[in-house]
Amino acid sequence: MTTLDSSKEIQKNNSEVNEAHEDFRMFGLITFLIADGMTFAGFFAAYLTYKAVNPLPDGAIYELELPIPTLNTILLLVSSATFHKAGKALLKDKNSDSQKWLFLTALLGVVFLICQLFEYFHLPFGLTDNLFASTFYALTGFHGLHVTLGTLMILIIAWQSRENYGRVTSKNIFPLEAVELYWHFVDGIWVILFIILYLL
Amino acid sequence: MTISIDPQKAKNEGLQPKGWLRYFSFSLDHKVIGIQYLVCGFLFYLIGGTLASAIRIELLSPMSDFMPRDVYNQVLTLHGTIMIFLWIVPVVNGAFGNYLIPFYVGARDMAFPRLNAVAFWLIPPSGLMLVASYFVEGAAQAGWTAYPPLSITTPQSGQIIWIMSVLLLGGSSIFGGINFIATIIKLRRPGLKLMQLPMYCWAMLGTSILVVLSTPVLAGTLILLSFDIIANTGFFNPVLGGNVVVYQHLFWFYSHPAVYIMVLPAFGLVSEILPVHSRKPLFGYTTMVFSIMGIVVLGLVVWAHHMFTSGTPPWMRLFFTIATAFIAVPTGIKFFNWVATLWGGKISINSAMLFSCGFIINFVFGGITGVALAQVPFDIHVHDTYFVVAHFHYIVYGGTVFIIFSSIYHWFPKVTGKLLNEKLGILHFIITFIGFNLCFAPQHWLGLNGMPRRVAEYDPQFQFVNQISSLGAFFMAISTLPFLINVFLSVRNGKNSGDNPWNALTPEWLTSSPPPVENWEGEAPLVEEPYGYGKEFSEQK
Repeated sequence: MTTLDSSKEIQKNNSEVNEAHEDFRMFGLITFLIADGMTFAGFFAAYLTYKAVNPLPDGAIYELELPIPTLNTILLLVSSATFHKAGKALLKDKNSDSQKWLFLTALLGVVFLICQLFEYFHLPFGLTDNLFASTFYALTGFHGLHVTLGTLMILIIAWQSRENYGRVTSKNIFPLEAVELYWHFVDGIWVILFIILYLL
Repeated sequence: MTISIDPQKAKNEGLQPKGWLRYFSFSLDHKVIGIQYLVCGFLFYLIGGTLASAIRIELLSPMSDFMPRDVYNQVLTLHGTIMIFLWIVPVVNGAFGNYLIPFYVGARDMAFPRLNAVAFWLIPPSGLMLVASYFVEGAAQAGWTAYPPLSITTPQSGQIIWIMSVLLLGGSSIFGGINFIATIIKLRRPGLKLMQLPMYCWAMLGTSILVVLSTPVLAGTLILLSFDIIANTGFFNPVLGGNVVVYQHLFWFYSHPAVYIMVLPAFGLVSEILPVHSRKPLFGYTTMVFSIMGIVVLGLVVWAHHMFTSGTPPWMRLFFTIATAFIAVPTGIKFFNWVATLWGGKISINSAMLFSCGFIINFVFGGITGVALAQVPFDIHVHDTYFVVAHFHYIVYGGTVFIIFSSIYHWFPKVTGKLLNEKLGILHFIITFIGFNLCFAPQHWLGLNGMPRRVAEYDPQFQFVNQISSLGAFFMAISTLPFLINVFLSVRNGKNSGDNPWNALTPEWLTSSPPPVENWEGEAPLVEEPYGYGKEFSEQK
């Protein structure tokens, strides 16, 4: 809003002026994340409805072990903190520090995914075994897809924020902030998912 | 932080092809994208209309003799899907929204031009994919609602293509919605207050909120449905322990707001057209804004009135009946505001005005049957009969499509600098209005007497009324001809309109027609009173 103050500068010749407007890319991203969150909300609503009205048949296995998902929760929460550190470092123009934090965040994401896959392979039920199993895999799978995309984006950001490259710098920090917001969003969804799916 | 724009660079970057070729390019100009949406949507309207004609030909006789039953199912599924997702939603949101919103907020383009172009270019491939599915192994047969278990048991390939195509169209719709919200809230010209915006901006803001909140739920639901079809899971399959009613809840959580996604922009457009052609300010601007937002809020909590026969518990029936009846209040406010806008105005009887008045008449009728359908005892009687078909065609065709035509007559001079022929326009209106009412009014009677919808064969006692309905459909099909002729003749050698043929005060008319690439020579005008008709006269006194 700073430069396009119309009452003061009347701009007559279109081609000669450099107009500027507020950066609302973050606003757009937040709107998108609300939409994305609604997809999860739909899944959660379906899961809770099934839980309430569709009793599983006798002998259906739906036991979940807690250690791995608890570890996963900690991993994601820590990764949120490391990502935050990366942003702070980049703002102070310490690009290589920022990169280290970003790689650590991506590593935590990868470990999360490996743990998730490990859990998948050791669960006593498969995708089509019963309604609970299907919903479990759909929810965690959709979330895992988000984590995968996020990890890829973190790696891209880390590559682009290397010294003397100039794509992601303290002056153009939006790409990093956008991925960070997305990452926090994915973490937040995991916490809700963890509570609803594993603890309830 | 601010982003600077270099107009010269923007011109060189996104708008390279000139002339008609730019409509086939990945143009970033909101005006080009708006026209792309409109023409693309209209081509799909012709396809959907052809399918509708096929349905009405089939229903001329009680037996299924024109086409086999499964083809009939495919035709009605494609008709519904094409008309909703490829004609009405893209045109009434994408086409007019993209063309008009940047003018209305005093901007040079949408907030995210590239996202905008992506949103449009998702539409043609997914539409073609949908139409092509008919020629592969048969299109989807489960209706536009794709209720399981029907959608799980009918042939898979068509249903999966249908799901993919609707997912892409939903994505396009979400991208568009994000863009409209950002443009209206963030890209307003400095000094322009929210309550000074033309009504269409408010309508698009409300619509986009609905799009962003509800379309993702449909996407999630369809992903689960595709799991049921491909991977043999049992989310919605009772045989495998699933629950079909959960699908209905999730589906209608999107698809009831979808009704408002289709009709709210039409409310906005008619609020732009009526004041111009009756030379009066829009009556009750503030109440109009609040009723739009009221419809947005209420529209999100009424979905289960589509499911009164799906074993909904009594408390749910009670809640959703009451919530639905409440929607009649803001809608009624809008209706009376439009009538009050016309009241005592200096009305010009032209095509745009006629189609808008046709909208008001049809919409009231469709609204009244809508309130009736919200009442559980009545709904249980007519559920899944032709009464419902008549009701929603009165809303969607009699309401929204009439407004699309009205808007084309109104904004054609803006886009081309040429006027459409009024005689052909009035002929178009008369045939459409008669044909539409002849086609759909008798269907109320059919529904009340128990003729089920979506079935190729019916009781012979309904034949005469069905034939009347088909005659109406024939008129509707014919009515497209004068319109097409009109457009082709007027584009080639229509009368020059000048910049502002209607002497309108809304911002899009305050630049040349057709508008320059970045909308304004120099700075965007600050329009504080977009509906200030008759003001000068009263001030002179």
